[in-house]
Amino acid sequence: MSKEPTNSATKMSSSALLYIFLAIALSLAALVLAVSIFPDNDVLASYILLLGFVGIFASAYVLLQMRKRVRRLSIESHPITTTIECKKCGFKSIREFKRGDYIFKEEEPCQKCNEKMMITAIFREVKEGEKERFRF
Amino acid sequence: MSALMTALQGKISQNPFGENPLSWILNLVFYGVFIAFILYGQRFQLYVMLREVEGSLYKLKYIKDEGRKTAIETIKEIGKPQTDPTARVDRFLEYFTIAPQNLDPAGIVWKLEHILDVRDVRFKDEVKMMAPSADDTQTNNLENTLEAAMALNYIYKVIRHFYLLGKKTYSLYTIMQIQMLLPLIMREAEAYASAVKAFAYGQPLGDGAGALVAGKMMHGYETRKVPKDCVVATVPIEGRTAFLIKAEGPGGNVGQPGNAIKTVIEENEGKISTIIMIDAALKLEGEAVGEVAEGVGAVIGGPGVDQFKIEESVLKYHIPINGVIIKEDIGDAISPMRKEISDSIDKAIERVKQVILERTKEGDKVIIAGVGNSIGIGQ
Repeated sequence: MSKEPTNSATKMSSSALLYIFLAIALSLAALVLAVSIFPDNDVLASYILLLGFVGIFASAYVLLQMRKRVRRLSIESHPITTTIECKKCGFKSIREFKRGDYIFKEEEPCQKCNEKMMITAIFREVKEGEKERFRF
Repeated sequence: MSALMTALQGKISQNPFGENPLSWILNLVFYGVFIAFILYGQRFQLYVMLREVEGSLYKLKYIKDEGRKTAIETIKEIGKPQTDPTARVDRFLEYFTIAPQNLDPAGIVWKLEHILDVRDVRFKDEVKMMAPSADDTQTNNLENTLEAAMALNYIYKVIRHFYLLGKKTYSLYTIMQIQMLLPLIMREAEAYASAVKAFAYGQPLGDGAGALVAGKMMHGYETRKVPKDCVVATVPIEGRTAFLIKAEGPGGNVGQPGNAIKTVIEENEGKISTIIMIDAALKLEGEAVGEVAEGVGAVIGGPGVDQFKIEESVLKYHIPINGVIIKEDIGDAISPMRKEISDSIDKAIERVKQVILERTKEGDKVIIAGVGNSIGIGQ
């Protein structure tokens, strides 16, 4: 399974990414600061610690949401396979679909018996993820 | 009295939310949220739904733009037009067809058939003007590509209409209608998105399962054209004479199986023992893709003109009509053919042969019609 080539709509904004990473850096700094001032001022340290955790979780949430949006915008596409068969000796060859292929089209001669081969199937293979278990 | 006044003053001056200022703030926030939800609960729900629709609208816009881009690129690549086809494609995407008036339903099928024929001719002419170098197969494929892009454009515009209407009127029920249908609409839109690519490249669709069954059974035999855009081959099967019908491929084309079946029946003066129709049919959730089932009746979708004509013809000569279906969902029907469907073709052929053996005698004449889009399927 492959994704379509990305365009501007399916890319994450670099400025937004910069802000998110800046927020994560500041939150990490707050955590470090909280740990360093903990023995002297435990009340302030716990507030800063809380601020740091909230910052990290909020940034991670925004980042995940952005990734989800980008994934939603891309269209799934599956590789299309062309099966070519020799009617005489049964030799089968499988390759990627090419524009102009169609079922029952005569192709190049068979490698084994030199008889003309024919396209017998064109299909896409969908690899489904782990199937949901339903009772029915 | 003065003691009572002092006690009352003390009570009033006491902080009703306790001494802690944080608890004060939290209490206020709680009451504020509570009141806000009582007064504006529906409005909040509306905003949530609008946001959900907005997210899908972004995706629909992306899909629609990609479809349009693919159509334009394919026309440029195959049709080699002298001028830029973009403006003509944009005009095509806005094309509409008005169904006949049904206040007096008598004769509506013929009116609908006429409208559909006019539409078909008009579309083909437009495509030929856009892509002068395209051959007949490519013209059919381009027409189908544009029709899929047109469907995407229409879906996008309808969803945008309801979204903007909901935003303008703040009507929860306007936006709720579209929000509830959105998952199904998105599935259909995604299927059309893959249909655009499949049509542009000439890949067989899931919908072509019926045509592939007929194609496989008639392959190697001489074919002749029957109206409209169909081919028929006379094939001996199990001592019977079978007339195999399918839309002419490998270009994107569904033909008019109704007219084709009628022509073959008339050619044989109604002496047909049975008709077997094979088509892809929508499966229910829980059913396997590519499952083959059997029944009776005219197995054909579309606007109903062909089904009507087939039913009229079989009724005239009292011909039994059987059907074999290959199950798939809407996404599979208009996307490149899945392996499961391709693998089920031989099972469907076996089922057709079984019906012939069970329902007819040696020497009988049988019509076998494979219904569906013949894109990427020769004969």
